[in-house]
Amino acid sequence: MAEMTDHDPTRDQRFKVAALGVPGALPVGNLEPDAEDARSGGGLTPDGRKAEGGISGSSVRMGDRVFKALAAGSGGLLLVIMAAIAIFLIWKAIPAFTEDSGNIFTTQSWNPQADPPYFGMAAVFFGTIVSSIIAMVVGVPIAVGVALFIAHYATRRAATALGGLIDLLAAVPSLVFGMWGLYFLIPNTQGFQMWLSTYLGWIPIFKNQSATTAGQYGKDLLIAGIILAIMIIPIVSAVTREVFLQVPRETIDAAWALGATKWEMLRTAVIPFGRAGIISASMLGLGRALGETIAVALVLNSGYTINWHLTEPGGDTFASTIALKFGEAGGSPVAIAALIAAGLFLFVITLVVNTAARIIIARRKEFTA
Amino acid sequence: MSHSADSSTPTIQVPSPFTGRRKNVPVSSLVGARLPSWAPYAAGVAAVAVAIGLRWLLSWTGWGTAFWTAALLFVIGFTAWSFSVEGRRRAKDRFASTLIYASFVAAVVPLLLILFYIGVKGFSVFSADFFTKSMNGVTSRQEGGGLYHALIGTLELVAIASVIALPIGIFTAIYLVEYGRGKFARAVTFFVDVMTGVPSIVAGLFVYTFLLLGFGMRPFGFAGALALAILMIPVAVRSSEEMLKLVPRDLREASYALGVPKWRTILKVVLPTAMSGLITSSLLAIARITGETAPLILLVGYTSRINYDPFSGDMATLPMMVWDQLGKRAGTTSNDLTEARAWGAALTLVLLVLILNVGARLLARLFQPKAR
Repeated sequence: MAEMTDHDPTRDQRFKVAALGVPGALPVGNLEPDAEDARSGGGLTPDGRKAEGGISGSSVRMGDRVFKALAAGSGGLLLVIMAAIAIFLIWKAIPAFTEDSGNIFTTQSWNPQADPPYFGMAAVFFGTIVSSIIAMVVGVPIAVGVALFIAHYATRRAATALGGLIDLLAAVPSLVFGMWGLYFLIPNTQGFQMWLSTYLGWIPIFKNQSATTAGQYGKDLLIAGIILAIMIIPIVSAVTREVFLQVPRETIDAAWALGATKWEMLRTAVIPFGRAGIISASMLGLGRALGETIAVALVLNSGYTINWHLTEPGGDTFASTIALKFGEAGGSPVAIAALIAAGLFLFVITLVVNTAARIIIARRKEFTA
Repeated sequence: MSHSADSSTPTIQVPSPFTGRRKNVPVSSLVGARLPSWAPYAAGVAAVAVAIGLRWLLSWTGWGTAFWTAALLFVIGFTAWSFSVEGRRRAKDRFASTLIYASFVAAVVPLLLILFYIGVKGFSVFSADFFTKSMNGVTSRQEGGGLYHALIGTLELVAIASVIALPIGIFTAIYLVEYGRGKFARAVTFFVDVMTGVPSIVAGLFVYTFLLLGFGMRPFGFAGALALAILMIPVAVRSSEEMLKLVPRDLREASYALGVPKWRTILKVVLPTAMSGLITSSLLAIARITGETAPLILLVGYTSRINYDPFSGDMATLPMMVWDQLGKRAGTTSNDLTEARAWGAALTLVLLVLILNVGARLLARLFQPKAR
């Protein structure tokens, strides 16, 4: 009965509402302290095991059974869909494995319509991983900075408004990011890329060996990675912000009382508390970056060789290959199967990344509990 | 935050514990020497002035280099200044704060640039015709044409996807909040999370293998709606779950105490209480899928004509119209006319998504439970 008297219920709700709409933005797992769970944690409808003071609430009426079946059935349907995705992708990708005259893992080529079909995932795997790594390196520090700013620098009122603004960034369709990247970002960063290649070209990844004018820079993995970084910032910052806002007031006050500067307070009280949150948020962002299709497809020209010079045009990812090659795959069953195989690889990779994120959170929760 | 020492305060020379250098410290203060509150602005103005001077001296073209030089000068100069007056810890603090402010700017600037750019580019083609005509018979070299056919398609697909996904999502949330205990509930929670991470193109490929390859069908609207529903369900579950959790336990217990069975309690007490939240979360889930492009490439195709029937024939949608006008669908090149139409369609799409988002948030604020 003493529920919600000593903490402001609207604060949590406001931020939860602000974080809706962003997949995975709501705290994954329950990161709140245990006492809070016990008091306000949801779903504590008393059933047989959780009964309190003799209230049972469970009953065996017809209506109840039907309703529970419906609710559980919806949950079950989700599991069925996930299983079906895996089964159908594997089944329909089989021709890609049997008909391929190259090695599907190591071949750097994409000619599934040739006779015999010759293709492999090496280059798209490289492109997917590299563009996602660039996105993480650029995006995660900025996103954590944004989360720190909103949670601990801005005033309460400004924090809600600014949080909403960042969430709007998440609502912008990926297609629009791609168009903006193609028509605005690429023309405006060609000079910067030439500068990178000229002055930092001794680091191989920045070297463009063929370009002589700024106009020859552009549709490369570096730009794709930067666009992905802009796209993952709202997701990563929404999740980390949630976690930073849950740092116990006492810990923060203790740091202040010891005479810490603001940065020392953040470093000793806030960031250690939020570390698991930052990691899982980053992995959610990684999942998003790995699977992003249209934005990448718009700014990259297909290229099916592994190229470490990231400022040279070319490169492709699993997702963008599927979108770009689908039109020409037309009636060829092997070409379609090759694309489905690419989808299967992508599915497995994102599955692993997302599962790892959840496990990190779950483990972390056990340690702190 | 900063308590600048009044200039009239008497000071004494004290050696710094870190550098050993002597510096002025106010006599009657518990705080060490601090930079005046106007210091960041002064440092900023100085950095900009030096950068502009360098740009003139070294005759740099454009403003990009000058901007980054100013930013770098500010960070280094301001930190160094703080270090010399306030010591190492404060300097670190200033440095970190600068980076945190900068990262916020770095996140907001692209958003504003995108919205501004697409607004300017897209608004130029807006006209009554643009919203009431289709692209039927309009070639890439002709002016005119509109997005009516695509708007119809997008609205139909989103409506169908919502009708499929929202009930499933809300029922799953009810299961997790009201009934969920044990292994099965944990599996459902886990797979909702995992499903959130399924890339949209993979959802599209799944429906493609299942419906189009499996039954040998041609692309049609409903297939796209199914893929959108798959993407929508986890978002709907997650957000509805949060909303249902906000319903106070007292309300449920009061209902049980009156002898109301659980299912009627959920229908008559829990759902009405959470209704505004559920509507908000539904709108946000709809906004998530409205801009999805990838599955539509595989499943819905594109046509320049108006097709009202989601069960037969290719259907136009706003994202696919952009894709088509940019020449990406047929592998052709785009020109000024098609690009203008693409921007117009993209702006319409963004406006649609923003209206849904802002509407949902306003609704949430309007019906927010009053804090005691």
